Amino acid sequence: MMALFEILLTSSFWVAAVRIASPLIFATMGELICERAGVLNLGIEGIMVIGAFSGWMAVYLGAGLWGGVAVAMMAGMLFGLLHATLTVPFGLSQHVVGLGVTLLAASTSYFAYRLILPEVTSPPKIEPFQPFEIPYLVDIPLFGPAFFAQTALTYAAFGTVALTALILYRTPLGLAIRAAGESPNAVAAQGLSVTGLRMGAVIVGSGLMAVGGAFLTLSAFSSFFFEMVNGRGWICIALVVFGAWKPGKALLGALLFAGFDALQIRLQQTPIGQVVPYQMFLMAPYILSILALILMSRRASVPAALMIPYNKGER
Amino acid sequence: MTDTRPEAQDVVLRLNNITKRFGALTANDAISMQLHRGEVIALLGENGAGKTTLMNILFGQYTADEGTVELFGAPLPPGNPRAALAAGLGMVHQHFTLADNLTVLENIQLGTVPLWYAGLGRARARAKLARLADDFGLVVDPDAIVATLTVGQRQRVEILKALYRDARILILDEPTAVLTPQESDALFETLRRAVASGLSVVFISHKLHEVMAISSRVLVLRHGRLVGEVATRDTDRHALAALMVGAEITPPKLTPLTPGPALLRLRDVSTRDQGTAPGLKSVTLALRAGQISGLAGVSGNGQSALSDLISGLITPQSGGLELPETPPRWTPRAAVAAGIARIPEDRHKTGTIADFSLTENAILETYAAPPYSKNGLMNWRAAEAHTRHLIDTYDVRCPGPSGPIRQLSGGNMQKLILGRALELSPKIILANQPVRGLDIGAITYVHGRLLAARKAGAAVLLISEDLDEIIGLSDVIHVISEGRLSPEFERGQLTAAELGLWMAGQGFTHAA
Repeated sequence: MMALFEILLTSSFWVAAVRIASPLIFATMGELICERAGVLNLGIEGIMVIGAFSGWMAVYLGAGLWGGVAVAMMAGMLFGLLHATLTVPFGLSQHVVGLGVTLLAASTSYFAYRLILPEVTSPPKIEPFQPFEIPYLVDIPLFGPAFFAQTALTYAAFGTVALTALILYRTPLGLAIRAAGESPNAVAAQGLSVTGLRMGAVIVGSGLMAVGGAFLTLSAFSSFFFEMVNGRGWICIALVVFGAWKPGKALLGALLFAGFDALQIRLQQTPIGQVVPYQMFLMAPYILSILALILMSRRASVPAALMIPYNKGER
Repeated sequence: MTDTRPEAQDVVLRLNNITKRFGALTANDAISMQLHRGEVIALLGENGAGKTTLMNILFGQYTADEGTVELFGAPLPPGNPRAALAAGLGMVHQHFTLADNLTVLENIQLGTVPLWYAGLGRARARAKLARLADDFGLVVDPDAIVATLTVGQRQRVEILKALYRDARILILDEPTAVLTPQESDALFETLRRAVASGLSVVFISHKLHEVMAISSRVLVLRHGRLVGEVATRDTDRHALAALMVGAEITPPKLTPLTPGPALLRLRDVSTRDQGTAPGLKSVTLALRAGQISGLAGVSGNGQSALSDLISGLITPQSGGLELPETPPRWTPRAAVAAGIARIPEDRHKTGTIADFSLTENAILETYAAPPYSKNGLMNWRAAEAHTRHLIDTYDVRCPGPSGPIRQLSGGNMQKLILGRALELSPKIILANQPVRGLDIGAITYVHGRLLAARKAGAAVLLISEDLDEIIGLSDVIHVISEGRLSPEFERGQLTAAELGLWMAGQGFTHAA
């Protein structure tokens, strides 16, 4: 118990938690935008892989860090376009298409990696984003470094949440997106294009997912490994539910999950870690997330038209 | 009413020879009509007569095969809802097109601000909405989430939505189907105000008394053709009904019968709420032999709980359900065994299995017993013979017993369901919305069969949102509101308006 308190009182724990949360925040916002428009995007896991790979590869080939982010986003949007084309105008099963996109995007990444670097045994390193401190704010005790001594991409992640909330709740476009996920007939009756709104949401959302993946190679680590996304995409799907499809609550969920994750790494090094097998610690964030999900999502309001293809003229 | 004979230059909408075909079916056959400024015309016709198709063409959701539409003297480009909206056409659909998770104001603003604008301009929208609500007597809280509104309030939002877009022509598709009589009256008041301020209204309905009450001209559609156009003051309900079906119809006659013993009793029964729909709140009810008990009420007030309870789908949370021989466990199978025949509310979802054949659907309740199955194997020959018998006896028009039931029209599907239920010689008939969506011919048929069952000594529970149907057929009437059941009223004891007050929740004690 004392060990737990000691960990919670170190600012390095909070720094790690926010860092771990950053890719989840990008991808969760991406998924949330898709689902708010009525499309479940199970391509998220693979799109994060392609984002991690393409961003890193672009930087390795000399594109610059922000160039890498842009390339990752474009790659994500491309796979988003594929997902959107199959699920929206063609109305195919969103589950099957999503899993297909995940497999395709991940395999494409690994294939391209081998194609571009056939001889390499250990992946080359790049110079990732460096943290920069925001003067004065960083001196806030305990939480200062966590929120004000991070890399530019982490700040961007928080910016994305604010932007997503602003667009969804304060602009005509966001209103139309929310309506498209709830009652596409209402959107069509106003002469707006349900297809256009949904495709746009999926493409932009997929771009954000890819940026979440790119965070791993451009900010958290400095290299690309196979399996490095490691289920983060699936966690984001749960975080959207946890957040009841609201950006602010989803951000909270991402921080909570990341906090559990940072905690378990540290607990492994305490005396308890000597007794309990480390797999138990690895499991902990997922188990705690499932419990939180059960508690939080009992009364969550799913977008009513989520996963229901819209066919013009059918009633 | 003022004189409504309009001048020729007042024509706001003109349809010229509109024809629309769906495969072999001609849904609209060379229909021409005009609408003038400041008048209400009623578009009357049975289901499938082509009313909704015509309006969908007008609104740009379908494209006509032939013919043109002129709005305010300018041709309307076909197949373009935005153009129709921009030209001043407002449509209130039968199935509301509102997003439940948005507020009233958000629903009204949807699509009115260009998508790439930075803000919504809520303050200005709120002011405009308040002014419209005041002008037309449509009071509704702009910040309420639509999911929390009653059906009547939602309809107000739909009308406000059209008015907010500066609609000059309002098209209302079956607007009163879901309203209490009081709500209908309020709607008519709103429409009168709209017309007085220079709007024009197309009122689509198959309820004759409403058409008589609100319109100045009536256009009657039958099988896609315009078969009559009359000034409302020169006609009456009988003439309109005759035009609509092409023959005189006679309302059902109820010969007085002395009711027999109670075949099913509910004593102080309460059930769990089902999502947003309320459960029953200490309901006491007796269904007697040779008697039709009508259950009036606005949909979503506990009708489905009562119907699920009697079908055996749910059990009472408290209170007792009594039959002459009360089974130990109350399940759908026990309900069938107790002689309860069910005509489900939704014939597509619960009444039939769409892709199963007529034969398979005909034995859904009895398939496990002889003669349809023996020694664990189906006897399809017996099942098919039974289906043929149903088809002949109940006049089910269909290609044959082996085709999927989804190919049947609603009326024929309902006849098969009716036959399936009545052939079991039931003691109790649970008829939940038995004629919803049927045309007059099929309605007359179903009602006739229910009356025959009553004469044969069955206890019938008739659940309907159509007050006319309840009043016309019931020996006794209950009203349900928020899960509470009114006392039993004798036939003729209350007027439609008084029943409407009960439907709106007045008169109930709040003890429950």
